Amino acid sequence: MSDHREIAVTVNGRRYREAASDRMLLSDFLRQRLGLTGTHVGCEHGVCGSCTVHLEGAAVRSCLLLAAQADGTELRTVEGLASGDRLHPLQEAFREHFALQCGFCTPGILMAALDFLAHNPTPTRREIAEMLSGHLCRCTGYAPIIDAIAAVAGTGTTPEVTS
Amino acid sequence: MKPPPFRYVRPDSLEEALALLATHGDEAKVLAGGCSLVPMLNMRLARPEVLVDVNRVGGLAEVRADNGDVTTGAMLRQSAFERSPQLRGALPLTAACAPYIGHFVTRNRGTVGGSLAHADARGELPLVLLTLGGSVLAESRRGRRSIAAEDLFLYHFTSALEPDELLTDVRWPAAAPGWGYGFAEMAQRHGDYALAMAACALRRRDGVVAEVRLGLGAVADRPLLAGEAAGVLVGQSLDGAAGDEAVREAASLAAAAAQPFEDLHASVAYRRQLVSLLSEQVIRQGWLDADDRAGEGGP
Ligand code: FES
Ligand code: FES
Repeated sequence: MSDHREIAVTVNGRRYREAASDRMLLSDFLRQRLGLTGTHVGCEHGVCGSCTVHLEGAAVRSCLLLAAQADGTELRTVEGLASGDRLHPLQEAFREHFALQCGFCTPGILMAALDFLAHNPTPTRREIAEMLSGHLCRCTGYAPIIDAIAAVAGTGTTPEVTS
Repeated sequence: MKPPPFRYVRPDSLEEALALLATHGDEAKVLAGGCSLVPMLNMRLARPEVLVDVNRVGGLAEVRADNGDVTTGAMLRQSAFERSPQLRGALPLTAACAPYIGHFVTRNRGTVGGSLAHADARGELPLVLLTLGGSVLAESRRGRRSIAAEDLFLYHFTSALEPDELLTDVRWPAAAPGWGYGFAEMAQRHGDYALAMAACALRRRDGVVAEVRLGLGAVADRPLLAGEAAGVLVGQSLDGAAGDEAVREAASLAAAAAQPFEDLHASVAYRRQLVSLLSEQVIRQGWLDADDRAGEGGP
């Protein structure tokens, strides 16, 4: 039962190879094995959205995937957004619009929003709100988050990020 | 909130997957998108011995159109119904329900076959497949069989699939000239489980309803067809006062056909009222949509 196996993944362009048990969740693998703690874990049943990362370019819940399922794939986490000290435009917009307080929900929302904007570059506020229905924020009241996402929508700064 | 121990197997081919299901039967669980199964594992509501991950089985996510049907592979991700122009055109009712399935992020991963096999009585895709009169293909080492949507959903979380069977394909009747569609649901927050939902497929000819199917979801232990309600619409124009009367009568028959339960979120009476309102909405949507299509000379 529950054997350990080697998992090889590329995260934010860097290759990793670490052992994980079959039942280890991808969220725990990222945080505990790879030390990438930017991906947060709230509910572990797909409800809060804080664990959202990109798997092969698509936003997914890392708490709903086993690490074993990600073997051989390419992932992107919040740590992969900024280049050096320069924040990604969406991160910058979050800062400008006060779209975070404690920041617990932020990594998941950033990763989801980037994939969302890649498919819908000029969303309405309502569409942004519907997208945000998959993310629980206990602090900001959502309006500033919508402002931040709306601010970068249509600026052409986002789609390349998810590729 | 961590999964219990299990043996994880990841077959590359359908033959391998079916062999594993034949060997392990009841003890195995198929892992598709994981949007429902992994939460159940994390909460220890499911404890399979063997987890058969079919995500890398080739050929399970294809889309084919033939004979007025569209067949989608079971592993097609739910987001495809929102994004593929081909699917949106051929399956407008499925596309209409897609934004209500979970959330943007879960639809990237959730699959059409997983949702149908899971047979959640509150699922959008089971309701739409039933409303359209579609079917699924189930394969096992014993052979393959087609299961009509009417026979697939037995009760909440229970489908007619046998433990050694894998749902491989879903057959959806495609949109045709003269047909119109409507979908509506009420949930407390977008993406939450619906309190009630309704779907309608309606064919309009010579100014009256020639054929109509009305489906209800989340208001019984499986999706329901409201046959009696649909019956009062046939032969009627839905315009004008007589049309309003027919739609209201159908909606109240639909409310009577629903078998809602009571919980923390809503009473039986409230759920019936929702069924009535949502039924009215989708019937009208279907009627107007059918008209629109006729105006455009069909799809
Ligand atoms: S931790 Fe994954 S959705 Fe909440
Ligand atoms: S900023 Fe605190 S949970 Fe969103």
